[in-house]
Amino acid sequence: MKVPISWLKDFVDIDLPIEELVHRMTLAGLEVEQVRYVGLPLPEGKFEGHTSGHRQVETNITGLAWDPDKIVVGEVLEVMPHPNADRLVLCRLDDGQKEHIVLTGAPNLFPYKGEGPLDKPLKVAYAREGACIYDGHKPGLELMTLKRTKIRGVESNSMACSEKELGISDDHEGIIILDDDAPVGMPLVDYMGDAVFDIAITPNIARNANILGIAREVAALTGAELKEPSYDIAMDGPPIKGRVMLEIRNPDLNPRFVLGLIEGVKVAPSPYWIQRRLRLAGMRPINNIVDATNYAMLEIGEPLHAFDYDVLVKRAGGRPLTIFTRLAEPGERLTTLDEVDRVLDEFTVLVADKAGALSIAGVMGGAESEVNENTTNMLLEGAAWNFINIRRTIAAQKLSSDAAYRFERGVHPAMAERGVRRGLALVARLAGGIIAEGLVDEYPLPPVDPTIEITPNDVERLLGIRLEAEEMADILRRLAFVVEVDGQTLRATTPDHRLDIGQGVVGLADLVEEIARVYGFDRIPETQIADTIPPQYGNPLLEHEERVRDLLVGLGLQEVVTYRMTSPEREARILPPQAPPDDRPYIRLANPIASDRVVMRHSLLASVLEIVERNSRVRERISIFEIGPVYLVGENGGLPEEPLRLVIALSGPRAIPSWQGSDVEPMDFYDLKGLVDALFAGLQLRAVRHEPVEHPTFHPRKCARILLGEQQLGVLGEVHPKVVERYDLPGAPLVAADLDMAAILAIIPESHTVQSVPAFPPVLEDLAVVVDEDVPAGAVENVLWLAGEPLLVGVRLFDLYRGEQVGRGKKSLAYSLVYQASDRTLTDNEVVKIRAKVIKRLESELGAKLRD
Amino acid sequence: MLERLTELEDKALAELEQAAGQADLKAWKVKYLGRSAELATITAGLRDLSKEERPAVGRRANEVKNALEKAYEAHFESLRAETLDRSLREERLDVTLPGRSVSHGRVHPANQTLRQIYAIWAEMGFQIYLSREVESDEYNFTLLNMPEYHPARDMWDTFHTTEPGVLLRTHTSPGQIHVMRERAPEPIRVILPGMCYRYEQITARSEIQFNQVEGLAVGRHITFADLKGTLNAFARRMFGQEVRTRFRAAHFPFTEPSAEMDIECFICGGEGCQVCKRTGWLEILGCGMVHPIVLHNGGYDPQVFSGFAFGMGTERITMLKYGIEDIRYFWGNDLRFLEQF
Ligand SMILES: [Zn+2]
Repeated sequence: MKVPISWLKDFVDIDLPIEELVHRMTLAGLEVEQVRYVGLPLPEGKFEGHTSGHRQVETNITGLAWDPDKIVVGEVLEVMPHPNADRLVLCRLDDGQKEHIVLTGAPNLFPYKGEGPLDKPLKVAYAREGACIYDGHKPGLELMTLKRTKIRGVESNSMACSEKELGISDDHEGIIILDDDAPVGMPLVDYMGDAVFDIAITPNIARNANILGIAREVAALTGAELKEPSYDIAMDGPPIKGRVMLEIRNPDLNPRFVLGLIEGVKVAPSPYWIQRRLRLAGMRPINNIVDATNYAMLEIGEPLHAFDYDVLVKRAGGRPLTIFTRLAEPGERLTTLDEVDRVLDEFTVLVADKAGALSIAGVMGGAESEVNENTTNMLLEGAAWNFINIRRTIAAQKLSSDAAYRFERGVHPAMAERGVRRGLALVARLAGGIIAEGLVDEYPLPPVDPTIEITPNDVERLLGIRLEAEEMADILRRLAFVVEVDGQTLRATTPDHRLDIGQGVVGLADLVEEIARVYGFDRIPETQIADTIPPQYGNPLLEHEERVRDLLVGLGLQEVVTYRMTSPEREARILPPQAPPDDRPYIRLANPIASDRVVMRHSLLASVLEIVERNSRVRERISIFEIGPVYLVGENGGLPEEPLRLVIALSGPRAIPSWQGSDVEPMDFYDLKGLVDALFAGLQLRAVRHEPVEHPTFHPRKCARILLGEQQLGVLGEVHPKVVERYDLPGAPLVAADLDMAAILAIIPESHTVQSVPAFPPVLEDLAVVVDEDVPAGAVENVLWLAGEPLLVGVRLFDLYRGEQVGRGKKSLAYSLVYQASDRTLTDNEVVKIRAKVIKRLESELGAKLRD
Repeated sequence: MLERLTELEDKALAELEQAAGQADLKAWKVKYLGRSAELATITAGLRDLSKEERPAVGRRANEVKNALEKAYEAHFESLRAETLDRSLREERLDVTLPGRSVSHGRVHPANQTLRQIYAIWAEMGFQIYLSREVESDEYNFTLLNMPEYHPARDMWDTFHTTEPGVLLRTHTSPGQIHVMRERAPEPIRVILPGMCYRYEQITARSEIQFNQVEGLAVGRHITFADLKGTLNAFARRMFGQEVRTRFRAAHFPFTEPSAEMDIECFICGGEGCQVCKRTGWLEILGCGMVHPIVLHNGGYDPQVFSGFAFGMGTERITMLKYGIEDIRYFWGNDLRFLEQF
C-alpha cells in the first residue's frame, strides 16, 4: 500500500521527521518496506533510531530531492514556434524572478502554439540551470544536471519538467501542468514535495489498507489527533427515493448495499493534485468521475462502483429501476470491464437489474453499465460483501481488482455509507453535478461490534507488565475504541471500521495485542519463564539418529540432505530397465512446481544416487550418506507413513592417488560392508548378519541383506550394472546400502555391558582350512565360534587363497585365532584340545581340510 | 688346545673390530658364538679330552666365551649408539610433503545448524518434538486459527496433494497442535524442528523445502516478557553475547500479540550493508503469544493457560553465519560446498 505523506497529513498532523515516523510505524506492525522521496529532502544516509539510540536505517530509501532554489513553480505566458524545428516550441516563462525562453517538445503545449500571450497562463514545474533531475529520455532513472546547451540554434539552460524528470511517475508524455492556484516562484518542494511510504498490509490490518487507516495508526502512535473527513454532504437534488429500488437476496453474502445518485456531472480530466496523488498511490488517473471513486477508495478503504444511471434506466425499459444482488444462475455469463466473457459460478454474487447481471459484486463491473466520457448521471454503489465468498470468486475467476483486494480482506459494512458519501462529495467537487437527496440503503445484516471487558490483570497475565486502567483506555481510545472505565475494568467497544476484533477470550487477546503494539514492544521487559518446568521427555529416537550420524561421520562419510520431491521417472532409474516397476501409490502434488518434482519420494537411495551422479563430475572419490524420510501411502490413502531410511553410497578409489602410493583400487562391496559393520558395532548391534539376497537395484550375486534375528534391516551391494548405466557415471563400481533407519533406531539398546579386560595372556594361533568354493566364509566362521566357545575370543580371516595349491573348486581360508580364559593362563594342552575340536567340527560339518 | 683358544679369541676380537654394521655383527655372532661355532665344538668336545687337559681347557674356553660375549655386547651397544647418532644427524623428513590423506566425514551444514540450535534450547529446558511433513489441511491451517478461505492462508504458498485435505506442511506449526493434544494439561517446553515446504520458484533466495525450528512454551504464567527474555537469551547464545535485538509487531494467525525478532546485523554492526538491505537489522524469527483459539484447539483453557511460540528458518541463519549467497547450495549437495564445513 503506497501512502503519500501529503495525503496522510490531510488527516493527522505529523511533526516527527519522516525517518522517525517510519521507525515507529515499523515497530508497531506497519512495516514500511520503502520510502520514496518525491521532492522532499532525503535523510543524510543514516539517522538516530528509536529504540536503540544507535545509528540505523530502517527501510529501503529511494527518490529525488528537489532543490528549492533551482526547481520552482513557473508560469508559461506564451507558446511560440521554434524557428528551426517543427517538433519543438519555445515558451516565454516567468519563474517569479524574471522571464526566460524555454525550449520544449512537450506535446501538451502544442495546442497553445502561436496563440500569442495566453489569457490563462499555464503553471509548470520549472527547473533552472544546475538543477539535478532525472533524464526523461533515458530508460530507468538516470540523474542529470541541467546545463546550458544549444538545440537547433536556440540556447537553452532550463526546462519545464515532466513527471518522470521529477521522479513522480514514469510519465514522460508531456510536461506537468499544475493547477491554477500554484504560486509562481514558490519552490516546487514547498508546493508539492512529498514522500511515499510503501507499507506491507498483513491480513490482520486490512482495515489499514487506506490513507485514513494509516493516519489513525499514526495518530495512535504519536498521540496526535485524527481529523476524520466529514461525511456530511450537500444533497440538493431531487430525492433518489422512488427512482431506484433495491433488493438483497442473500444478506449473509451481502450484508449491506448503499446507492447514491449524482446528476449533471461533466466528465473531464481531474485537477493535477488528484492525478498526482493517484499516481503516487499507484493508480492511473482516468477522468474526474472514475478518479473520484478511486480516490475515495484509497482514502477511506471502501471500494465504490459507479454505474451510468441512464444506461440502467434504459435497460429498465420504462419500468422502475430495481437493483438486485443475487447469486448467479446456472450458466449465467457476464462480460466484465476487462472484456472477458465470463461464465459465472453458482456462488458468484452479482449486482443485477431486471435485464441481467451488471457486475460481479465487489470484484469487477460489467462493460455495458460502466461510466464513460458521456456519462452525465451517475449511480454510486458502496456495499459490504462476505470476504470468503469474494475470495472464492476471485480464485475461481482468476480475477483481481483493487476493489477485490479490499473486499477479500473484509470491509466493515459501516464503511459502505461513508464510502458513498465521500465518493459523491468528491465527484461533485471534481465533476460538478447535483447530488440527489438521500441514499438508498439496505442493511439487513449489521455486524456486532464486540465489546470486550479487560483489566490490568489480563494485560499483566499475557504481557508481563502492569499498566494502569486509564493508560490502557487511553491507548484503546487512540485506536477509536469507545471505552468505559469502571474501577479496574475497561469495557471497550470496537469501532465500526474494523472486523478483526473477536469476542470473549479471543477479543481479549486482540485488545492485548493492540495495547502491546501501541505501548511499544521495546518497553516490555525481558524476563525468564517463572512457570514450573514441564515433565522432561527427551527424544530417544532423535538422539539415536544423531548417534548414527556421528558414527558415520567418524567413519569418514560426508552427509548430504536432498530434495524430497521427485518424479516416478527419476526414481525408476534405480531399477534395471526390465525390472517390474514400482507400482506403489505416491503422494502426488496437485500443484507441482516443476515436472520433475511431482511426487514425494519412495526411495532415499534414488535421491542419493542423483547426488553421486552430480558429484562424479567434480570428485573422483565419493563416500556419502543421508538419513531422511520416504513417503509411503497406506492402502486407504490419507496421510502417509514417513519412515526414516539411511543410505550410504561409495564410488571411486579407496584413496586418492598420492605420492606415497595409496590403495587406489575402486571401493567395493567389502569397503561398504566394513562401514556398515562398524556402524552396527558402534550401535552395539553386533549380532547383525549378512545373507545373500536378490534385489533389483543390485547385482544379483553381489548383494546382501542385513538381519538381526529375523528382522531385516536393509540391503547393501554393488549397484546393478544396468542401473549404473542409467546414471551419468564414470563407470567405476558403485556400492550402496539402503537401510531401514526407523527399524534400526527402534532396536538400538539404551546401554550395554562391558567385558572386563583380561588379566591373563591370550594364546594366539593361526589356522588355515581348505573348503569347497561354495561354502561361505560365514559358515566357516560360525563353526569356529561354535566349536571354540567359550575359550575362543577372537577370529580374524587374514588370507583367502584360490589356486593350484588347493585345487580347483576349492579355497583356503586362513584365520588368526585368539584363545583366552578369564581366570587363568591357558595351558598348551587345553589349546591343543580346542584346536582338535575345531578342526574336527570343520571337517565333519563343512568337509574342510586342514591346510599346512 | 689352549693356544688354539687364544688364537681363536684374538682372531674373533680382531674380526669384531672390523664389524661395521648390524649384519656383520650378526654374522660374527653366528660364526664365533653360534651353535656350530668352533668354540661350541671345543666345549662339546671337552669330554673327549684327557682328565688332565679337561679343566684347563674348559676354564679357558669359558673365559674366551665370556670375553667374546662381553666384547660382542660392547660392540653391539656402540654400534647402536653410533647408528642412532647417525640417524639423528643425517635422517630428515621434508615436513612440507603432504600427509597421508584420510577420508573426512562431515555433518551437512543444515544439520550442523540444527544441532547448534537443539543444544542451546536443550540447555533452556526445551526438548525436541518431531511431527509429520505430509500434513492435513486441518493441522496446518484450520486448527492454527486459519479456517478455509481465511485470507491469512495467502501468507503461505502451499503445495497441495491430489488427496483432498492433504498438503505438505508449510511450517512446523502443526506440531504445536500435535504436542499440545498429546500433553495437555501438562506444561510444555518444546522445539519442533523439521523440513517444511513452500510453493515457490527455486532461486538463490528461495527454496521449495527448508528447515524450520519452531518453539512452544505453554504454562500458567507465561508472558510476552518471558518470550522476550527467552528469545534474547537464545539470540545471545546463537549470535554472540553482544548481539542486540528488537521486536517488531507483526502478524501470524496463530499468535497474538505477534512479533518479529530482528537482530542487529552482525555483518556490518548495524551500519547498513548489502546483506541487511541497508537496514542494519536482520529478520531472524517470528514469534508471539499463542492465540487463544490455538490453545483451545490444543486442549488448553486459554483463560488459565498462556504460552509463547516462535519459528525460524534455519538455512537462512546458516547463510548469514557463513556468508552463503545461494540457498540452492544446501540441497544441491555439491561436495565442493559441503566440504567447506
Ligand atoms: Zn548489515
